[in-house]
Amino acid sequence: MLVKFFFMLRKTGVPVSITELLTLLEALKAGLGDLSAERFYYLARTCLVKDERFYDRYDRAFAAHFKGVEDLFSALQRDLPADWLENLGVREFSDEEKAQIEALGGWDKLMETLKKRLEEQKERHQGGSKWIGTAGTSPYGAYGFNPEGVRIGQDGGRNRSAVKVWDKREFANLDDKVELGTRNIKIALRRLRRFARQGVPDELALADTIDATARSGGWLDIRMQAERRNAIKILLLLDIGGSMDDHVKTCEELFSAAKSEFKHLEHFYFHNFIYEALWKDNRRRFNQHTTTTEIIRTYGSDYKLIFVGDATMSPYEITHAGGSVEHWNAEPGSVWLDRLIKHYPKFAWINPQPQSRWRQTASIDMTREMLEGRMYPLTLAGLDQCIDALT
Amino acid sequence: MANQFRGTDRYIATDELMAAVNAAVVLSRPLLIKGEPGTGKTLLATEIARSLNKPFFEWHIKSTTKAQQGLYEYDAVSRLRDSQLGDPRVKDIHNYILKGNLWEAFDCEQQPVLLIDEIDKADIEFPNDLLRELDRMEFYVYETRETVRAKHRPVIVITSNNEKELPDAFLRRCFFHYIRFPDTATMTQIVDVHFPNLKRELLHEALTTFFKIRETPGLKKKPTTSELLDWIKLLVTDDIPPEALRSDDAKKLIPPLYGALLKNEQDVHLFEQLVFLNRRNAR
Repeated sequence: MLVKFFFMLRKTGVPVSITELLTLLEALKAGLGDLSAERFYYLARTCLVKDERFYDRYDRAFAAHFKGVEDLFSALQRDLPADWLENLGVREFSDEEKAQIEALGGWDKLMETLKKRLEEQKERHQGGSKWIGTAGTSPYGAYGFNPEGVRIGQDGGRNRSAVKVWDKREFANLDDKVELGTRNIKIALRRLRRFARQGVPDELALADTIDATARSGGWLDIRMQAERRNAIKILLLLDIGGSMDDHVKTCEELFSAAKSEFKHLEHFYFHNFIYEALWKDNRRRFNQHTTTTEIIRTYGSDYKLIFVGDATMSPYEITHAGGSVEHWNAEPGSVWLDRLIKHYPKFAWINPQPQSRWRQTASIDMTREMLEGRMYPLTLAGLDQCIDALT
Repeated sequence: MANQFRGTDRYIATDELMAAVNAAVVLSRPLLIKGEPGTGKTLLATEIARSLNKPFFEWHIKSTTKAQQGLYEYDAVSRLRDSQLGDPRVKDIHNYILKGNLWEAFDCEQQPVLLIDEIDKADIEFPNDLLRELDRMEFYVYETRETVRAKHRPVIVITSNNEKELPDAFLRRCFFHYIRFPDTATMTQIVDVHFPNLKRELLHEALTTFFKIRETPGLKKKPTTSELLDWIKLLVTDDIPPEALRSDDAKKLIPPLYGALLKNEQDVHLFEQLVFLNRRNAR
């Protein structure tokens, strides 16, 4: 039973290992499970899940797996066979339980439903309701969707209060499904690192010390220095417009790789082109934005500016006041782009559109020209060139 | 089991938290605690030690903390200086080995509670340097060639604010619990524990206001439990009547002494705007 649950968790995407399963079994053996479904739920979560982002997936897997089995807990509470723990690891379902499960549509069906759900989430996720891994609401509505009518964990069993806990899915918000960017991107970005000694001097500067000691005639003169740290600062501006939908996945990878690689990384979103305001949270783009002037004021010119966008739009959106598709802009986008690149001497534009198509789009050409040609495709080679331009 | 953590007279623990703590105590594995700031992560360790009657050690992590500092430090510099000054202490290397918090905890005669606070503040490699120490509860002192073993595996509570991701190998060795923000019922209990004689209406009004503020979209820093407690303390000392907290008070836009809840001027400003808008819509 637990082994199956274990694999179910892995399938759902919770990274569990055998060590953790063994820990759980050990904990159960120590009598921590207490034979109540709710206690077991908490205990298993403490042992198996190591990040609150996975709480929601755990809840779903738990609900799906223990559907109908929670009656088992009350049954166990009744007669308490002494060896039930030993059996847990290798337990097969009795005919009666199988019938119960069958009544719910069968394991295969449950698993299939779960899989479908996951696929569904991915699709909607890519559809743009949630973009690039900023923590936010989970995009899927969960209940109600299900072609088979198998509702995972929605109606409670006998032990209602227990079911509720995982049925509430309170951690849905914490689940960020951004897959970690490919190692390649990280390694490419790593070339941007610039080490500098800043902060508290807490390392013995050996060469300095020897030098200073020699100068003071053999009397010890300790010299300290600060540790080497990556001092690079990045300002990342991401296009989140409709035409970017096709590139969401690659951009996500780039973003999550960049996020883990740089300590000083600031990001803002824009739609199609840069105007007087950018925003940090796409859900609140209309009422909570930062003006571009403020960004220029806040982040010094030692920041390296990276745009990510397909630069595919109507040329008016760049050249004309009022050209924006979303609002009335008093000054044309080109003016704002110019201001930004004047302030940040190190800049580059990463374009996820295949390079072969750049010539066909007038707006890409225009943008490229304004950027003095510093536009690079979102490929590893392109990233390399981009980094050359930034260093 | 007699040795069970059930919260204390000044710390309310939810069922899930108790399950996690007890699992960590029984199997003596480190317990990693995450959660919003101000939800009582650090306090938990103190309260475990208090309720289970165990000695308590704490190790606060800063950005400059090294894993080695928790074990021991060999003060080579003062030994070198002493040798130049001809101090007899210099003969014995033990004089220059300073025990760290982890060593102290390992040396303890009964099972202690050790708090490793804000592990995410340290360097990214920090948790990796503690793997063997947390797993086997022993470490090797190179200078004196001895192995220090824990006399009793300490109950280790580790807190993190998620500023850095912790490595998988480290997570595998820990139990994990995420302290969720308390709901109204739990929050009432918590406030009760801290202010047993608080007037019902004041508590009710304060909690309503508090949760309303938390729901304000776009706050930079949401107020948390510890801020609520501070605020209530202020309300009590200033003897503010419950009516003053009601939002239909025409004169005041924002609750009195809001400084305890909202910690930066943008948030105060945002909140003022929202209250103003709400009021206008209500008319």
